Amino acid sequence: MIKFSDKQLKIPKLMRPVYLVTAGQSKFDRAFPDKRTEELCIDALTQAAEMINMSPAELKSYIHTCYYGHFADHFGDQLLGEAVIHDRLGLDPLGNCGVKTGGATGGSTLWEGVKAVASGYSDCVLAMGWERMDEVPTDEGNFYISCAADKDWEGPLGHIYAGYYAVMAQKYWKVFGKEEDSFRRTLAEIAVKHHGYARMNPWAQAPMKITVEDVLNSPVVAYPLRALDCCLMSVGAACAIICDEATAVKLTKNTKNKPLRIWVTAGSHTLRPADRRDMAIPLLPNETAKQYKDLGKKFPGGERYPGFTGFLAARMAAYYAYNQVGIKDPTEDLDVVELHDAFTISDVQTYEDIGIRPYGYGRDYVESGDCYHTNPKTGKPGKLPSNLSGGLIGCMHSVGATGIMQVFEIATHIWNRWAEIHGDDKIWKKFNRQKPSDWTNLQVKGAKRALAISHAGVGSHVTATILMDPDKLIKKDA
Amino acid sequence: MSMTGQVHVKKGQYKIKGDFHHLEFGEPIRMADENWRLIGITNPRQLTHMHSYGGESHFFENLSKGKLMATRCDNQKCETKGSIYQPFRIHCPDCLGKNTVIDMTDIAKKTAKVHTFMVCERSGAFNLLDKPIKFINIEFDGVCTILMSYLAIGEPKMGMRVVPIFQKLDPTYTILDMAWVPEGTKEKQLPKGFSF
Repeated sequence: MIKFSDKQLKIPKLMRPVYLVTAGQSKFDRAFPDKRTEELCIDALTQAAEMINMSPAELKSYIHTCYYGHFADHFGDQLLGEAVIHDRLGLDPLGNCGVKTGGATGGSTLWEGVKAVASGYSDCVLAMGWERMDEVPTDEGNFYISCAADKDWEGPLGHIYAGYYAVMAQKYWKVFGKEEDSFRRTLAEIAVKHHGYARMNPWAQAPMKITVEDVLNSPVVAYPLRALDCCLMSVGAACAIICDEATAVKLTKNTKNKPLRIWVTAGSHTLRPADRRDMAIPLLPNETAKQYKDLGKKFPGGERYPGFTGFLAARMAAYYAYNQVGIKDPTEDLDVVELHDAFTISDVQTYEDIGIRPYGYGRDYVESGDCYHTNPKTGKPGKLPSNLSGGLIGCMHSVGATGIMQVFEIATHIWNRWAEIHGDDKIWKKFNRQKPSDWTNLQVKGAKRALAISHAGVGSHVTATILMDPDKLIKKDA
Repeated sequence: MSMTGQVHVKKGQYKIKGDFHHLEFGEPIRMADENWRLIGITNPRQLTHMHSYGGESHFFENLSKGKLMATRCDNQKCETKGSIYQPFRIHCPDCLGKNTVIDMTDIAKKTAKVHTFMVCERSGAFNLLDKPIKFINIEFDGVCTILMSYLAIGEPKMGMRVVPIFQKLDPTYTILDMAWVPEGTKEKQLPKGFSF
């Protein structure tokens, strides 16, 4: 579609409030030669139970329905892996369903869980995601990932997903980055930031203290994208418990977790960028049609929307979400975000798609310092810190778990538990990882509202998950 | 002696001949730092799928004949009638009517230009193209979408005029039977098996 009807643009409405109660995750790594997938899922569920002072058995007794995010059957070489995990978690005979939307699988799993509770079908849902990406070496892994591109029209061209992103990077760099070295350095700065934040996260797979020069000198994967511009290939699991109000209150009584309101919305666009047709930019609450009237003049080549420079799916997910919960301006109304930084370039594209900056000006979010926990230019808190987990570049991209890991992260900020959890020496030791001597508390002080973007393919599916402290809602009837 | 799997269709059924898989036991995976205890097993596997091009078969068959086929929505009742699709779409994405197959080889020869591109230094397993691969996305006058392919000769630039070439000799019957070269390239410069 290139035009949308009023029915299609209807703002979603939940039939009753839905809450995130707790969440958990396994360690993330490139490979776990000594662990089966079910062990990782049990690690995640056990942590979720511990977060609310329960045993896994006690928590399980509340669960009514399960949604499992597991994208790539061929990676794990196990069809119906959901049934295996469900059995191993001891959750038979509850109803369960597998969810697969590529990189957005984690977000989509939460989407299904929220709808099940909102409809009244269930009062307590388990949303669990994982990926097993270590059964094959990396180049075979890249081939498997490229199977998510069109098998006849794109796959044979290199069998490398980074390539399908790089054509967008090239276009964005030329049109909006104006081929400036400064823009290329801004992209590199994102990788430095995310690998750097990963150093403070014991779950993270790729903590690194690196410089912009390190990124610019890393091997080219698909020009202009270099190895350090790209996300990780990971193994791991993450889960969330989603409840109605009464169950949420009961489960969190006398715990450090306050039930958080949760909403998830979704958008989509063509699997092949080739199929994108020109259309008018759908507007977010903080934008006007007038501001984009001369976009092509300001940025020659940028008149085509979404072209190869934007993600319509992200824009639509944000459109539904912001209007559903009353967000007028994400930078003002949100306190912390986790974005799907599959590549440094897609991180920048997403800033624009979700209205953190207008189209054409995404780089300013990094260059202003707003995206940092502590703005390096002012030394004051960043206006809207992003990817303090390290994101997909520094923490993990265990596909089915990624969107849920993001929600675990933003929830720990609103619960004011980030430091307690990420700084826990026992966790560092358990994961056999060295806590850095300059470990820094990245808790966003006073965080009350947060957003996570989960994204698939070159923008085929995107979800927007919003969490809010129920006492800090923007729209009371959302 | 084994023979790679071969297939044809007769009376709507696949007729297969030869080997579609190879049987082989795996090897144990052991923990070197834990007294070589068993921790897993390799699962070698080679198998051949049978994949249908369905309504897109016109496109792939015609590449080997030097033609670039596209489709057009001719449904008078469709809001976007007249839209030409390349990549070839069997059905219109708006009205879902069956599109008309058209030959757009001349349009491609006269109007194709590079919308964006990238140079790929690494590839996934099973890649058959020489590296670096110069991906190009090609726009055409009057076509509402942008085709992905690769530049066989020269260095890509945005806006550069390109023309299609086709692997008519020993075609693979895949998207790799089509590539692009800068406008003005001579026939003798083309890669082996390719011609205009």
